[in-house]
Amino acid sequence: MEQKITESQVEKVAQLSRLALTPAEITEFTGQLESILEYVAKLNELETDHVEPLAHCLPITNCLREDEIRESMGAEKTLANAPQRDGPFFRVPKILDDHSGP
Amino acid sequence: MTSQLDYTLVVGLEIHVQLSTRSKLFCGCAVEFGASANSRVCPVCLGMPGVLPVMNRQAYEDSVLVASALNCKIAPFTKWDRKSYYYPDLPKNFQTTQYDLPLSYDGFIEIPIENAGPKRVRITRAHLEEDAGKNLHSSGPFSQVDLNRTGTPLLEIVTEPDLNAPAEVKALAMELQRIVRYLGVSEADMQKGHMRFEPNINLLIRKEGREYKTPITEVKNLNSFRALERSVAFETQRQLDAFCETGKTMVSGSKTTRGWDDGRQVTVLQREKEEAHDYRYFPEPDLLPVEMDAAWLKRIQSRLCELPLQKQTRFVHAYRLSPYDAGVLSADRATADFFEKTVGHGAEPKRVCNLLTQVGLKLANERDCGLVELGLTSRAVADLVLMVTRGEVSASGGNTLLEHMVTSGKRPEVLADELQLLQKSDSAELEIIVDKILQEQDKAVAEVRARGKKAKKAQGFLLGQVMQRTGGQANPQVVSELLAKKLS
Repeated sequence: MEQKITESQVEKVAQLSRLALTPAEITEFTGQLESILEYVAKLNELETDHVEPLAHCLPITNCLREDEIRESMGAEKTLANAPQRDGPFFRVPKILDDHSGP
Repeated sequence: MTSQLDYTLVVGLEIHVQLSTRSKLFCGCAVEFGASANSRVCPVCLGMPGVLPVMNRQAYEDSVLVASALNCKIAPFTKWDRKSYYYPDLPKNFQTTQYDLPLSYDGFIEIPIENAGPKRVRITRAHLEEDAGKNLHSSGPFSQVDLNRTGTPLLEIVTEPDLNAPAEVKALAMELQRIVRYLGVSEADMQKGHMRFEPNINLLIRKEGREYKTPITEVKNLNSFRALERSVAFETQRQLDAFCETGKTMVSGSKTTRGWDDGRQVTVLQREKEEAHDYRYFPEPDLLPVEMDAAWLKRIQSRLCELPLQKQTRFVHAYRLSPYDAGVLSADRATADFFEKTVGHGAEPKRVCNLLTQVGLKLANERDCGLVELGLTSRAVADLVLMVTRGEVSASGGNTLLEHMVTSGKRPEVLADELQLLQKSDSAELEIIVDKILQEQDKAVAEVRARGKKAKKAQGFLLGQVMQRTGGQANPQVVSELLAKKLS
């Protein structure tokens, strides 16, 4: 982890996360992210050649629930925090490249 | 000029199947088509800070069941991952899905191919993930969002690029629909979006001793068999034309996304922001992995049943039905079971098949229900078929009786009497009528006896006269025999 994070990488990540950052913020966050990465890079000093990969940090599996219906909140409560609503719907800026679903 | 090119169509298919659980994948909200907007939503669906999803056991077990039916290896250890996704129909900003350790992999499905044996198509993987909500487009610069569908369990099935014709792609989709319905894990109702398809399409073109691969396109979100088949056919021609015009070939790792315009019957390029596919998967810390053991797997797999294509093939051989008839009967498990029960009572398979497919399924369609919901018993249908076989009622009389059995709930022999559909098969009684007709129609009799050109027509005329005299109730078989005997 010798390579430092660049401003263009931060710009890209911000765009992927739909964050509009000012040039000053990009410079600021590049510095912050760099120090975070440096800190995390300490982990590289560990000897992990003989350690099994870990999928989850808890030593528990098979926590499943039965297929039972529980009451939902209702539309009013659901929409209570919405910045904008349109009847029973959330109202959001028009979605342009909508492929309907991930 | 494109038609002269030697090429092979190469298609791999991604299919999303909605599982028919009562509650969502990670919370207790009801999965309910047509519920009023945003009424089946809770803090988990909304991705509120601090909420914890918990996996629905039924959804996981149903997924393992389908994967088993698709001959997949079931992972002894599986986990879920977050896939970054920035659209308002999934307010968490990620989709919970499976990335590197899917619950199943390396399987195959056998699909029926017209005029050939079944074709085996490899399954890459099948994994369990959540659906997003719905964006609705109102007029003006806004969209409406309904989150009822968020968190609905979806089984994503990915095939290897083993499909080589639009009809094969459609056949796979339809076979999968039959399978999930047989297993009772999905209604697989296309109208409700329970199955969605995304074919990945390109061509392998051979030209002057060299091979060229055209750029891969993915057609998104097709929700009918017809649109699926037609979009693949359209892409085949479009890619051929594009290759002839530009000579462009596949660049590793890149593909373009297209949508299907059903009105114009064409695929349309969908513009995407560069690197929109940077999903940045990472392990979902809020869900615990699932470990499968032999006993649990055995319990789930005890729900496996004879699959539709196996049943169809067996029907062809065991009951000497055409592949088409066997396909119609085995399309639905309850219908197939009803058919077999009826045959089990000693009724002739071909006659049972005709009665059920030509009349029974038509009546069921009219009533928008299944064949087995018509209120018929297999015993009564078998008795009806036996009456036809014994010549007590004609084949068309049998059809009429089945209709009346559905509307009145009465037994076939009672209705045959009431509706005067019982055929006269008593030769002594019919002989009197035949003799009378022969006396009256001496011209026709002479024609038959002359064995000339007109003989066949004249014999048909005499048969018609007898049928008319008996009000259509004579058994034509018996009358024909009598006529033949008397005129020989």
